[in-house]
Amino acid sequence: MVAADSEGPRDPGVRQAAPGAADVHWCALPFRVLLVLTSHRGIQMYESDGSVMVYWHALDSRDASPDSTQAVFARGIASCGHFICVGMWSGRVLVFDIPLKGPNIVLSEELAAHPASVTDIASEPAQEPDCMADVVTADDSGLLCVWWSGPEFKLLTRIPGFGVPCNSVQLWKGIVAAGYGNGQVRLYEASTGALHVQINAHARAVCALDLAPGVGKLLSAAEDTFVHIWKLSKSRESGCTEAAPLL
Amino acid sequence: MSVRTLPLLFLNLGGEMLYILDQRLRAQNIPGDKARRVLHDIVLTMFNKSFIEELLKPQELYSKKALRTIYDRLAHASIMRLNQASMDKLYDLMTMALKYQVLLCPRPKDVLLVTYNHLDAIKGLIHDNPPLLHLVDETFRQLIEVYGCLSAGEFQLIRQTLLTFFQDLHIRVSIFLKDKVQNSNGRFVLPVTGPVPWGTEVPGLIRMFNSKGEEVRRVKFPHGGNYVIAPKEGSFEVYGDRVLKLGTNMYSVNRPMETHTSGTSKNLASQTQQSIAPNPLAKEELNFLARLMGGMEITKPSGSEPGFRLNLFTTDEEEEQAALTRPEELSHEVVNIQATQDQQRNQELARIMGEFEVKDQPRWSASKGDDLLAMMDEL
Repeated sequence: MVAADSEGPRDPGVRQAAPGAADVHWCALPFRVLLVLTSHRGIQMYESDGSVMVYWHALDSRDASPDSTQAVFARGIASCGHFICVGMWSGRVLVFDIPLKGPNIVLSEELAAHPASVTDIASEPAQEPDCMADVVTADDSGLLCVWWSGPEFKLLTRIPGFGVPCNSVQLWKGIVAAGYGNGQVRLYEASTGALHVQINAHARAVCALDLAPGVGKLLSAAEDTFVHIWKLSKSRESGCTEAAPLL
Repeated sequence: MSVRTLPLLFLNLGGEMLYILDQRLRAQNIPGDKARRVLHDIVLTMFNKSFIEELLKPQELYSKKALRTIYDRLAHASIMRLNQASMDKLYDLMTMALKYQVLLCPRPKDVLLVTYNHLDAIKGLIHDNPPLLHLVDETFRQLIEVYGCLSAGEFQLIRQTLLTFFQDLHIRVSIFLKDKVQNSNGRFVLPVTGPVPWGTEVPGLIRMFNSKGEEVRRVKFPHGGNYVIAPKEGSFEVYGDRVLKLGTNMYSVNRPMETHTSGTSKNLASQTQQSIAPNPLAKEELNFLARLMGGMEITKPSGSEPGFRLNLFTTDEEEEQAALTRPEELSHEVVNIQATQDQQRNQELARIMGEFEVKDQPRWSASKGDDLLAMMDEL
């Protein structure tokens, strides 16, 4: 694993991750793959073989609230099109524009829609012509924001939380799958924000969700030591999303 | 990582330390008045007003070394002395107990209930000392003020920060092994039965809705655990039923207090590697330690009351043996603050001490400053 270092790497190779390393994600863009790491010090992007760091974005602790009651970190990484989105402790989402090759990465936009720290970001290629949603961001208050990516990101839907953090989020065929701190997994219609499925899935916080897009299977892992797999589908009659337990 | 974690870490570890010392003082038949003196002195030092104020400021958790140094000082705040082996064992028991409590907290916010359980018990230990009780109640109120308005997300981060602090600690504790809450490899057993956390539904139900928001179908599924609904929420007030048992005193006079440190070495390899790398926060840590200990008022033992040595083991021979056989990786090196040799640090210390309001303590004089530096030299 490539390390997160305070001044950037001096040579490639395996080194220990910094304490409090927050997130890591392979960003598979159409034309290149980048490895993105976040920590309390900053955001680092590496070529896929870990040989070169192509971008370093330092987190400035002066950006934190004046009374500095909040820790500074970045969390939540996703790629969509030629953009990479990274979430921040402040609730902002940084959008980076990635060139075909080389280190000329530019911070193109800062999305300010979340009042609480970002927890996770998910994306999928835009599905049908009328369903434009391709990025969803989640935060500590449980709020979900659905966006359309572009030269300027557009906020399409806000799905309010209910006092519980949303720890993990996935996007599939216009369905937002969200895992919450109270053990629930919820499925929403991305374009309208309507709740379609509510699963009392776990007895402790959901830590992670993963989705197999080809077959519509959703996996939820939680602190209650259990892992569940759900089959997602759209009902033919109502067009509404359904979920069935597989494991 | 959360900047609100240190007070909870400090107070909970302090609480565990008092439980263990109380048990050992009784098991070793230390005279009642001496035992009472020790416990009251430690509580007085722990809840010192300026100390608690420093603690409650938002800040990063510092290293294990720094924290261990504070508990060394705290344990020696009175007429009691502990050998290195006993201090090591005390610290092992404290940290593993808190790790267990934090890990098993149903909700992240319940870490606060664990803290309040410790404070309730501490008040029980000093119930015959009204000024001391008042001091602890003051801290209680300040905790409620600071933590009362934090969100579930912030508590999640606090809990995560605490668990990261305890990562890779797998010392086996007899009581835990006996109660089958810890496995022989040092890992804790996570129960899959019992009440769900307050605010969580019992797993096993899928509800499906149409686009109008009307529920159209319910499907039950087998969950695998055996959970029931939570009966009621614990109280977060100064007085109240906490409901949660984590953080209450698990030691009675007869319960075993052994720890097993052999065979835990392989997991600490990564930990030792990390401690070799230069720590850029070292200077900050030392300044912080100096500030905290500057706030710690250490009551010097009066001439008439001789000190005594407490043994965390059953016999002196056992204590000696434990010191010899302790694995290298688990040796807690206490921070050596060479205050007198560093001009800059001297000035820093003097400035910090100058900041403390001392009008109520006429004992303060230049010699107290020397005492502080001398105290640090002994560490």
